[in-house]
Amino acid sequence: MLSLRSSASAVLWSLPLAIGLGWLLGSRRFPGHAMLNAVVHMPLVLPPVVLGYLLLLLLGRNGPIGGPLNELFGIRIAFTSTAVVIACAVVGFPLMVRAIRQSAEAIDPRYARAARSLGASEIRIFATITLPLMAPGILTGITLAFARAVGEFGATITLAGNIPGRTQTLPLALFTVTQSPGSDAAAMRLCLLSLALAGAALLASEAVSQRMNFREVRA
Amino acid sequence: MIDIHLRHRQGDFRLDVDLSLPANGSTGLSGRSGSGKATLFSCLAGHITPTKGCIELWGRPLFNSETGVNVPAARRGIGVVFQEGLLFPHMNVERNLAYGASNRGTDFWYEVIDALDLSHLLSARPGRLSGGERQRAAIARALMARPALLLLDEPVSALDPGLKARTLDLIVRVQERTQVPMIFISHAPEEVRRLCDRTVTMSDGQIVEAFGESPRAPCQLVTVDQGDARWRAGGGL
Repeated sequence: MLSLRSSASAVLWSLPLAIGLGWLLGSRRFPGHAMLNAVVHMPLVLPPVVLGYLLLLLLGRNGPIGGPLNELFGIRIAFTSTAVVIACAVVGFPLMVRAIRQSAEAIDPRYARAARSLGASEIRIFATITLPLMAPGILTGITLAFARAVGEFGATITLAGNIPGRTQTLPLALFTVTQSPGSDAAAMRLCLLSLALAGAALLASEAVSQRMNFREVRA
Repeated sequence: MIDIHLRHRQGDFRLDVDLSLPANGSTGLSGRSGSGKATLFSCLAGHITPTKGCIELWGRPLFNSETGVNVPAARRGIGVVFQEGLLFPHMNVERNLAYGASNRGTDFWYEVIDALDLSHLLSARPGRLSGGERQRAAIARALMARPALLLLDEPVSALDPGLKARTLDLIVRVQERTQVPMIFISHAPEEVRRLCDRTVTMSDGQIVEAFGESPRAPCQLVTVDQGDARWRAGGGL
């Protein structure tokens, strides 16, 4: 349950920023575009443990973000369920941005021009044209990020630890079980649960994206 | 009156246009690929900002490089129809038509739908329409916003000959019934002749020929101070 809740929260919290960045990277060219793109995609290529360690340095009790939060507001992040959500969000974020960026790139900019010529404001164009046309990419991004978050291990164990009932997610529980002799049945149950979750997420995504495929234009 | 006096540079290409058109009926803008039709279209629609010059529609300045006026595309009152129609693919035809319309359900709404023979297609998604149906719906969508001027960029060039002729006839019919002035851009002179009251031909970013209403008499060529040529197309000028 913790895995599902953390993964869903991670996706939900990072979705608005992912939509904004995906749209920006996919539909605009500006100085620093390549740099921003590289930074956003960095978690994809960094080993998750490195990512978790960097997050720990930032968000730990003595970190540049975690320190002030702890001193000023008494908020602790490292080794809490919030840390699980953050680790899941960071590792899933580039997958979400990437899928959204690709769908934004595929939108013909003349749709916006047509809408503009009909008197639509930029906000209305974004809400009624851009966002619906990006929807299949958003959905794919959500699915990929969710699946990645459910399977997240390295960054989570480094930033949030492996505390049963608090920060122990499904992969961490599986890892713990595999360390104990004679617990093959329990390990297999957790494996099957992982497979079922991943399969369900992919099937749901496929079904919805089939319904949302607007791009088909008959010649 | 539509007054266009533009200079625009884009790489090696130079657009250099002085043109006054009556703001009624239909004007055909023809010329080969690369003649500057599309650039002029983009300047008029507000998709690109010309380097220099001015555009006035019925005395209302839309662009003036000297005074800094540059009315955004959304407030120019200029409708555009692209070659592929570009209906919003996630909306059915009726929602497409209603997108810029403030007159849904009025006589004008039904007039346009009837003139373009769209009543049986209102609930269809663009992906299920033929090329001709898509173009008719795109023209109707642009007209529903009651534009002061409608720009049509090669609206029938992607259609087969039979469909092309029928769509051109429907465009003539809807223009007569709605009285919205149109500028019809095409590389095919026969399409322009069939559809338009007057024709303007471009080459290398300049206007090289302009004819007024039938009988097609050559337009007046006005020489202005700097020795530039200014074309006036249409009768009664």
